[in-house]
Amino acid sequence: MNVLLDNLSLYGKGLLGTVELTVYASLLALVLGFAMAAFRVAPVGSLRIFGTVWVTVLRNTPLTLLFFAVLLGLPRFGLVLPFQLFAVLALGCYTSAFICEVVRSGINTVPAGQGEAARSLGMTFPQTLGLVVLPQAFRSVIPPIGSTLIALAKNSAIAGSFSVVELLGVYKPLNERGYGIVWSFVWIAVGYLLVTLTISALFHALEQRYGVVR
Amino acid sequence: MTTALYDLPGPRARRRHRYYGLGSTAVLLALLAWILSLLFRTHQFTAAKWTPFTYEGIQYLLLAGLGNTLRAFGLAAVLSLALGAVLAAGRLSVHRPLRWACTLLVEFFRAMPVLVMIFFIYVALKRAPLTALVTGLTLYNGSVLAEVFRTGIDSVERGQGEAAYALGLRKTQVMTYVLVPQAVRAMLPAIISQLVVALKDTSLGFLITYEEFLHAGKLIASNLDYDLPFIPVVMVVSPVYIGMCMLLSWLAHWVAERQRRNPKVETEGVAAPEPGTPLPGDHRARG
Repeated sequence: MNVLLDNLSLYGKGLLGTVELTVYASLLALVLGFAMAAFRVAPVGSLRIFGTVWVTVLRNTPLTLLFFAVLLGLPRFGLVLPFQLFAVLALGCYTSAFICEVVRSGINTVPAGQGEAARSLGMTFPQTLGLVVLPQAFRSVIPPIGSTLIALAKNSAIAGSFSVVELLGVYKPLNERGYGIVWSFVWIAVGYLLVTLTISALFHALEQRYGVVR
Repeated sequence: MTTALYDLPGPRARRRHRYYGLGSTAVLLALLAWILSLLFRTHQFTAAKWTPFTYEGIQYLLLAGLGNTLRAFGLAAVLSLALGAVLAAGRLSVHRPLRWACTLLVEFFRAMPVLVMIFFIYVALKRAPLTALVTGLTLYNGSVLAEVFRTGIDSVERGQGEAAYALGLRKTQVMTYVLVPQAVRAMLPAIISQLVVALKDTSLGFLITYEEFLHAGKLIASNLDYDLPFIPVVMVVSPVYIGMCMLLSWLAHWVAERQRRNPKVETEGVAAPEPGTPLPGDHRARG
């Protein structure tokens, strides 16, 4: 218990770092993921190919490799940004591939009649997708998106090893100050559980509010 | 692909789509050209940065790293399959305390970042990097696989188990002779997909200085004699990693397609559980 109380500010900073990473990367992943899903069902061939390549490559890339390439590689091109921003980029792009697949399978759960009805009303492709299909798809993809974002929160632990302030990295200064290493890890674990359970509860609430039983 | 989203294009729409296609292709090509020019402008294709890859020592270093990656993957795959089977058997057990204990273990290890477990074993328990990596991967993937196995067994039609009990088989016999053989067919793709996750996560060994593929790359990249060939190293390492994972993903896809056409498979395929804490409202969906 002493480990936590003595180093509350350290733990707080770490937790805040993890939360910030998670929130920003989630937003990026959601935007990119929805865009890629739209690309993958678009009637334009080159966009479809781009979406497919994006998803296939990123889903099969180890996240450590992506962090390695983005955080240590991009500065070689003279692109110098704060490490946290790089971490958000890497995490967001990686997760966007998974969000895209979730959204795409969500689009497939919308009955074909909905799209057909929208078309028969004379709606264009963006209108069909944006006004009719995606709002319905959104309702059925709430739980899987929640799971994907929980995975993102857990993956953010990797950023700690690339000198970004986050929760897992807290063990290092604690170790130097001579605190019991097992207990410092216990509180780190509690911190992660806090984050993942919060996301879980948030999406449970969303599911209750917007979810539909098909 | 959903074709219900747009009409079969007529001549005008086709022309419009062609313009969109040309436009987006141009944008994508411009992006590619910009990246290439960036690579050239920062001198990434100079001979000094690429000659190291012709040295036998460097090639050996990379191969040894790849070997270590594959060793960690093989160990973690076999052990997590075993752990998954044990935990799934525990969760399906008729003994309530055992069921609870296994549920708790599975839920805990699935909720923890795998890196926290690896660091805990490496830093707090002071084990060798390989042990830490393999144990961490086994605990996490074993727990996820336990869920795959459990949903797979549950997806076998009820009548099968009931019929077996009616014939007088014992519960172990019902499981081994009737349920498992049918479930395995349905969950094979999900198992392979989870192994892809394990393969990807072996690269976490890099963070605890396990001498795997990425670590070998880092060694080469930080060598001043070769003019710090960081980007060339990324260009060599990532296709190998991505290729390996794609091969396994493709195998999972191929198996799934084959199963779909196989009349012996009655149960629908088991979806891989999402890598995270299950949502409270999600349990009914998992069955």
